[in-house]
Amino acid sequence: MAEATHEEVHRHPAPTGFIRKYIFSIDHKVIGIQYILLALAAVLVGMIMSVLMRVNLSWPGTHIKIMETLFPQGAPGGVMTPEFYLSLVTMHGTIMVFFVLTTAPQGGFGNYFLPIQIGADDMAFPYLNMLSFWVTFVGFIVILLAIFAEGNATVGSWFTKLGESWAGGSGTVGPIGGWTGYAPLSALGKIAGPGQGAGVNLWIISVAIFCVGSLLGALNFITTLLNMRAPGMSLMRMPLTCWAWFTTAVLALLSFPVLLGGGILLMLDRMAGTSFFIPGGLYVSGSTVPLHTGGSPLLWQHLFWFFGHPEVYIAIVPGMGATSHILSTFARKPVFGYRAMVFAIFAIGMLGFFVWGHHMFMSGMSPYSAIAFSVLTLSIGVPSAIKTFNWIGTLWGARIRFTTPMLFAIGFVSLFVAGGITGLVLGQTSLDFFFHDTYFVTAHFHLVMGVASIFGMFAATYFWFPKMFGRMMHEGMGKVHFWITFVGVYAIFIPFHAMGLLGMPRRYARFDEYEFLKHSKGLVLFVTIAAIITVIAQLIFYFNFFLSIWKGKKAGDNPWEATSLEWGIPSPPPHDNFAGIVPVVHHGPYEFSVPGAPNDFIMQTDPEGATT
Amino acid sequence: MVGGGWPKKPGSNGSNGNGKHRWFGDKRRFPKGTYQITIWILLAAVVMMFVALASSYIFLSGSEQWKPVRIPRTFLISTVLILLSSVTIEKARQRLAVDLRQYARWLFATLLLGFAFVASQLVAWRQLIVEGVYLSSNPHSSFFYLFTGAHGLHLVGGMIALIYLTVRSRRLLFGIEAEKRSAAADAISLYWHFMDGLWIALFLLLWFWN
Repeated sequence: MAEATHEEVHRHPAPTGFIRKYIFSIDHKVIGIQYILLALAAVLVGMIMSVLMRVNLSWPGTHIKIMETLFPQGAPGGVMTPEFYLSLVTMHGTIMVFFVLTTAPQGGFGNYFLPIQIGADDMAFPYLNMLSFWVTFVGFIVILLAIFAEGNATVGSWFTKLGESWAGGSGTVGPIGGWTGYAPLSALGKIAGPGQGAGVNLWIISVAIFCVGSLLGALNFITTLLNMRAPGMSLMRMPLTCWAWFTTAVLALLSFPVLLGGGILLMLDRMAGTSFFIPGGLYVSGSTVPLHTGGSPLLWQHLFWFFGHPEVYIAIVPGMGATSHILSTFARKPVFGYRAMVFAIFAIGMLGFFVWGHHMFMSGMSPYSAIAFSVLTLSIGVPSAIKTFNWIGTLWGARIRFTTPMLFAIGFVSLFVAGGITGLVLGQTSLDFFFHDTYFVTAHFHLVMGVASIFGMFAATYFWFPKMFGRMMHEGMGKVHFWITFVGVYAIFIPFHAMGLLGMPRRYARFDEYEFLKHSKGLVLFVTIAAIITVIAQLIFYFNFFLSIWKGKKAGDNPWEATSLEWGIPSPPPHDNFAGIVPVVHHGPYEFSVPGAPNDFIMQTDPEGATT
Repeated sequence: MVGGGWPKKPGSNGSNGNGKHRWFGDKRRFPKGTYQITIWILLAAVVMMFVALASSYIFLSGSEQWKPVRIPRTFLISTVLILLSSVTIEKARQRLAVDLRQYARWLFATLLLGFAFVASQLVAWRQLIVEGVYLSSNPHSSFFYLFTGAHGLHLVGGMIALIYLTVRSRRLLFGIEAEKRSAAADAISLYWHFMDGLWIALFLLLWFWN
């Protein structure tokens, strides 16, 4: 950063009080860390739920003392009921998709690093940024309330006072209906069974609040990126991470309003007696639903999946950006085909808006529409293949530095390919007829959108931790964490494919009563043990993370010898990022192994060397 | 419209060639076009929500239980009112650089027309309720209340912004503050015109697609 004036540019002074500094902060860096901590808390809840589900599948009837204490209705004597299991499925999905996979990659790392990487001193609207975090936080509190409103009779009775449709305490841990909240089940209220009172209401409210928070965030991201780039930071000089966060923000901006609209319709069906999703003469629980007429459950699926498909890209696209960035840094090579990467990432995002029908092949759809959706779905394979090809091209012939972030980035590529390839299977209508609602689908989306995204975030955490906290994470623990997790997730999800081929249906609370699944018992047990080991290995990560904040080895400004703007400033960065100096950008983001350069790499802000 | 403050190359925006660099003069605090871009982005989100609702409307309009509501006459008055408000807000924007008091007056007129519009919508609701058409009567009536309600809420948001502009209009501002105010006026009028167009689109949808 040689070329700059000492102009006072920061727009808000550094706060001094604890509350303004760490709680209601308008500093994008603090807000980013808040998002990451929120995700770390949410993922713990989601993981506990997945372990409980696995325990129930392998050892049905297990007594768990604490469940009896917390949820006396849902787990009488500490044994979970099938309804309890179904609500676990729902809440595991909702919490993981919204409060982990959407908050950490975009709200967390995007918030922290997008402004720095483009050379801005903060987001375009710092107060709006603070608001989006706290709105999201309230959404999380509401979804946690849903657990206890249905699971605990005492908490449930508070809600029951609110009216007929708010009945709680039905002995589940939230609603039953999956993270997709399919109507008409979700639209009917109490008569549809346990979990359909306060649980669904709070679920809808939480999701709606989350939509608002994400929209505010997306607004800020797009404006910041378009309008606050430092001089010389042309669009094609941005790190691929910025392109990824930008694409994600566009996806969020255009998809969350649709879910919000759908949520409002669903709430009106439940509260105001409208019939958007409830057809006339619907027969449920031994009686015809009165007073409703003219709605369509398929409409909910259209609205939900128009949001839902872009949403899964919201989860993974930031991981793609982080992976591209990290692969290049540790391969010490420029990203192979930068331009192609930019177009591919944007193409993946935009194609995501035209494929929602592939979630509905089995829901009743004209075969012609199904063919169109199928072809569009398969065409996503093209930009995905470009990205994978370029990642391999980046690694090809490189002297790779196998640090922990690099391992996780390579793991991301592996998981993205392994999980993505089954997308080509499921995207074909004829094959989907067989695989629909089996464990094959579960295997597909967990690998590609769940675990791959998480690997992207692990890579990002290990990579940027030194910048965020000024200290390194422990490499040894990081590598142990990587290997157990990497082997673990494959041990969990490869058998899922086999179970899907056997015809094992998703969401069932137990399988021991089905003749045709008798042989899969060993497989189910294997997965359960692998899952427990993998979850325990995550404790290493938590331990490493919090220990390193205070005890980690001190990191310099640029421990990885990387080129983008965040590595030219102190770790952790000062309040206004560039200490009142406007950075000027002279180079593209991936100038590694430059012939003749003194350190083999050229910082983006370095005025020396050929301008690229 | 959005081109104002885009940094392109070093030197193209304020660099004076001596290696010293200034970010749009002293305007780094407020890159030009920020509000305008933000409103366009916000409107993209608003469009998506109304497109989703309108698609749902069209989707359900094929059902047998679909009973079109008779469109209340009051809607024609609503339409005239909101069209007029678009004219007055343009007048206000034109006067901003010339005469602050006239600016404030036109803003206030816009605000009043906004109130009148919302009132006329409530009168239309009242008429329907008298006829026995409720939110839950059938899908068409549900959408009827939903569209008018959702649009009305968005318009109220615009009215709050107008109140903000009116309050701000009492102060004489200079330099960056004056620029901010004029940018805010541009951005809010863009939003307001959009709400005008949205109302007409929804009105036509309710009237002719049933």
